[in-house]
Amino acid sequence: MSAPNKSYDPVEVEVLKPEAVEKARDEALAAIAAAADLDALHEAEIAHAKDRSPLALANREIGALPPAAKADAGKRVGQARAAVSRAVAERRAELAAERDARVLVEESVDVTLPWDRAPRGGRHPLTTLTERIAEVFGALGWEVNEGPEVEAEWMNFDALNIGRDHPARSPQDTFFIDTPGYDPDVDDGRDALILRTQTSPLQIRSMLTRKPPLHMVSIGRTFRTDALDATHTPVFNQIEGLVVDEGIGMADLKGTLDYFVQEMFGAGLTSRLRPNYFPFTEPSAELDMQCFVCHGSSVGDPDNPCRTCSSEGWIELGGCGVVNPRVLVSVGIDPERYSGFAFGIGLERTLMFRHGIADMHDIVEGDVRFTLPFGVEI
Amino acid sequence: MRVPLSWLREYVDLPAEVSGRELAEKLIPIGFEVETVHSSGAGLSGPLVVGHVLEIEELTGFKKPIRFCQVDVGAENGGVRGIVCGARNFKAGDKVVAALPGAVLPGDFKIAARKTYDHVSDGMICSARELGLGDDHSGIIVLPSDVPVGADAIELLGIRDEVLDIAVTTDRGYCLSMRGMARETAIAYGLTLRDPALLDTPAPTGNGFPVTLADPTGCDRFVARAVRGIDPLATTPLWMQRRIQLAGMRPISLIVDITNYVMLEIGQPLHGYDLHRLTGGITVRRAAPGEKLTTLDDVERTLHPEDLLITDGSGPIGLAGVMGGASTEVHEGTVDVLIEAAHFAPATIARTARRHKLPSEASRRFERAVDPNAAAAAAQRAVDLLVLLGHGEADPEVTVASTQPHPPAPIAIDAELPGRVAGVAYERAAVVRRLQEVGCSVEGTDVLSVTPPTWRPDLTDPNDLAEEVIRLEGYDRIPSRLPTAPRGRGLTLRQRLHRRVGRSLADAGYVEVLNYPFVGKAELDAMGIPETDARRSALTVVNPISDEQPQLRTTLLPGLFATLRRNVGRGFPDVALFETGLVYQPRPGASAPPRLPVDRRPTDEELAALESALPDQPRHVAAVLTGTWERSGWWGEGRAANWADAVEAARTVAAACGAELTVDQEQYEPWHPGRCAVLSLDERIVGYAGELHPKVLEQLGLPPRTCAMELNLDALVPETEVHVRGPRVSGFPVAAIDVALVVSREVPAADVESALVAGAGPLLESVRLFDVYEGDRIEAGSKSLAFSLRLRAADRTLKADEVAAVRDAAVASAARHTDAVLRG
Repeated sequence: MSAPNKSYDPVEVEVLKPEAVEKARDEALAAIAAAADLDALHEAEIAHAKDRSPLALANREIGALPPAAKADAGKRVGQARAAVSRAVAERRAELAAERDARVLVEESVDVTLPWDRAPRGGRHPLTTLTERIAEVFGALGWEVNEGPEVEAEWMNFDALNIGRDHPARSPQDTFFIDTPGYDPDVDDGRDALILRTQTSPLQIRSMLTRKPPLHMVSIGRTFRTDALDATHTPVFNQIEGLVVDEGIGMADLKGTLDYFVQEMFGAGLTSRLRPNYFPFTEPSAELDMQCFVCHGSSVGDPDNPCRTCSSEGWIELGGCGVVNPRVLVSVGIDPERYSGFAFGIGLERTLMFRHGIADMHDIVEGDVRFTLPFGVEI
Repeated sequence: MRVPLSWLREYVDLPAEVSGRELAEKLIPIGFEVETVHSSGAGLSGPLVVGHVLEIEELTGFKKPIRFCQVDVGAENGGVRGIVCGARNFKAGDKVVAALPGAVLPGDFKIAARKTYDHVSDGMICSARELGLGDDHSGIIVLPSDVPVGADAIELLGIRDEVLDIAVTTDRGYCLSMRGMARETAIAYGLTLRDPALLDTPAPTGNGFPVTLADPTGCDRFVARAVRGIDPLATTPLWMQRRIQLAGMRPISLIVDITNYVMLEIGQPLHGYDLHRLTGGITVRRAAPGEKLTTLDDVERTLHPEDLLITDGSGPIGLAGVMGGASTEVHEGTVDVLIEAAHFAPATIARTARRHKLPSEASRRFERAVDPNAAAAAAQRAVDLLVLLGHGEADPEVTVASTQPHPPAPIAIDAELPGRVAGVAYERAAVVRRLQEVGCSVEGTDVLSVTPPTWRPDLTDPNDLAEEVIRLEGYDRIPSRLPTAPRGRGLTLRQRLHRRVGRSLADAGYVEVLNYPFVGKAELDAMGIPETDARRSALTVVNPISDEQPQLRTTLLPGLFATLRRNVGRGFPDVALFETGLVYQPRPGASAPPRLPVDRRPTDEELAALESALPDQPRHVAAVLTGTWERSGWWGEGRAANWADAVEAARTVAAACGAELTVDQEQYEPWHPGRCAVLSLDERIVGYAGELHPKVLEQLGLPPRTCAMELNLDALVPETEVHVRGPRVSGFPVAAIDVALVVSREVPAADVESALVAGAGPLLESVRLFDVYEGDRIEAGSKSLAFSLRLRAADRTLKADEVAAVRDAAVASAARHTDAVLRG
């Protein structure tokens, strides 16, 4: 800061005359208003509001005035400078807003551009369907069992009351493993290894090692010697339920199946049992569910056919029944005290009608176009 | 079993208006799956009448012989009409079936008077095939002479009928007969059954045809009846032919048709022998090793010692219960016949039929058990029909060879058991009534003593009886109640991790596939897997779907390669796939599993012996990827899938399991020898990853640079859940420093990194390799690795000299372990 200029006449300071201050102020306001952008405003500010500006210089001269004149001059110059500063701030805000708006417009992009840079994956719907069903039963407190696919005949057949001469045990239905030490023509108390034809060996394994009450589903791959066609595959997946407890009867089976059908296919649906025969259950039943598409309305109405249930009103889901007491005996559970029920559902078939899949080949072949739409959960 | 409705009505007085479909609706709920209800004759409408051929004029001058016949079709149908016919198997005086103008035959074949071969044909004389009565087109139908002229032939021939095709479950052998299905129908409608097996049968006489039961376990009853003097010209009446046909069999000759008819009616398979072709008496015995028999399909069969045979003085004359022999077969000239009605052990017949691949109508029934008490009645019925239709004369001698009779044992059943099994209360009276309806005799009050009928050998246990009650009372009466489970364990750790692994790989861009576990030698050859490799030691399927793939997989890769090839072949060059599933590893020295008992729980030792026979079946996870991994686009360049992606996929799997893999360089088929990583966990090898061998890719027809990884997923799953310890994060400033180290090209980056980590000590927060350089600016054969180290203390701001000390210690450690030199 420079010292007051003592060489000037102490009373007559030109720049502090009221007209001079007003002129300087008006010129400053005009320059600020005329600034077209922030750079021009910056220059106007330097010229009219900063240290070298006329008003700043005038301010410096106040000290040279006699004390009586100082207050008046100071007030006039101060008001002028304040007006200029205010004008700069206001204009700056205006110009900044204009600039920001312009930049955001300039920076806009086409948000419809694709972003398929990283590959997209997916899980097989059979896997996710299995998981989903397991969750439905998990919610009841049931356990989920998995286990070996290559099994001993006893686990897959004998323990399930499937006698040695049952046709399912022939190589026409069951995959036999070349088993060292086994000769089909020599009866020396040894069996062959097979690829399990059902997930029921998992139930046997659980019943052998655990005490009732048992509430579980068994899931996994099963194998039968069918050729691959539109509705069959030699390698398929099953889910089986088993409950063993005191006082268990077909009513519990029916209630469980109703629950399952409603959880998986929609509220209000019901299941139906039809007598059938399986060696491991007695009584046995074929398990149907009400068609979740037409709810039976297509029956006898040729104008509104239902493709899902072929206008039958019911869809076949699998087999079920009361666990044959002979099975309980073979695993060491007292059939006088305990009883149970079991059911089995084919997952490929369920997937096909639940998701409108027409051909088994699509499920089996592993074409990514089939799997991707199912995402990671079903 | 095909059940013609008209035939069924012979034994049950079904209301006339009951249709086949209505009957089906009644039978399905009690356990009979009616697959179809076929309306026979639906496409046919009259007038179709009996005509009397009065005169035949042979027309000449045409390409084939043609006849112009004068046929009396009855005054009410217009009297005598002229009809042109090409068939020659009839003569003047025969009764035939005439379709008159206005009739419509199956196939929408409309009959009209029209001019043909220069004559007006005022109708048509019909063959069986033209009427939809089978395939016999050998000639027109010649009716018995006593049928009235002008009668409605639709009615007469039983053309209109409904046939229920019923899938009889294997436990209900008795329903492979009209007798059995009539019984179930009678129960379903609450009507009375006229049992066709309720016949008066003569007592055995001492001097009948000699029969010896040498194997009483295989055959415990053999009824033999002779009928002599059968008219060889006698033919099977149309009604019987029609019934046999509707039931799904083929009419052959009178004697054969009668045996088949009685089998269909009563369920007892019969066999007819030409008496003159038999040598001495009959013995039922097992086959001798190497013995041979030519069955009546003219195939010579070598017999198994377990096969049960019918033999006479000449040797084997029949495979018991399966198929008769050619040498004693009835034939066109047979006049004297011996009828066999025997009872064979189901398992014996089942094994023989399967062994010789000879399923027959007879074996199907014997396998499912035949009523042992039906033999005498069935034989009597056949004798009656042979006398009636064949004009033969029955021998008064009756042979009934039989071992001790085996009456069904009574079953004790709590009268409340059916209710408990169903979960619904049944009246005691209803339980008793239902059991009586199926033929049981019932005694007792609270605990019932129930003796099943001889035709229900499947009823052996209390639950079997409960099922009879429940199904007849109706499964629809069973209420719905959800059982309460005790507290569950949820998914196991293993199951949760499996799900997480699948999700992680899918999120990382891989698509899950589920391949068949079958592989062949060629695939392993193409993968370059050495003969001594453990993966060559695989289980073999005896009866594989494809002879090219008889083995069970020991690695998931072959299946993934095939699926990858399929996807690429279908126009998707950028594919990443994964699979999780079991592989099968035979245990060295394992033997066949023991056959365990079923009448008790096997002992733990017995179960352990069974388990030891099973192969190891660990769950693996594998992935393959080819083509572009990151695609190019408006954002810039893309990137091809490479070995590092495969290793990263393995790391992704490990991370999902909470494990961290150690990666080392390795050479392992089918990977590129210089681009293969071996993956270990706690010093145990758990898998491999990298780029595949170029030669393997060529052999497999896969794109160059395809990459793969495979891990033993089971080995990654910890025994118990590991809880991550939460770190205390420091709020003090980070000191970031970069070091570039020059090492020999062979030194793995991972070694340099772990040396840095070891040297830097506890102040090191993280280390990251951010650049690799090989080139002119450093010595040939070496590479420069640039790491960025982040240092931080928990309790203070690090001073410059502390940072420098850590850096020097880290570099010194790298120099010591890997000969690394700080790049100037």
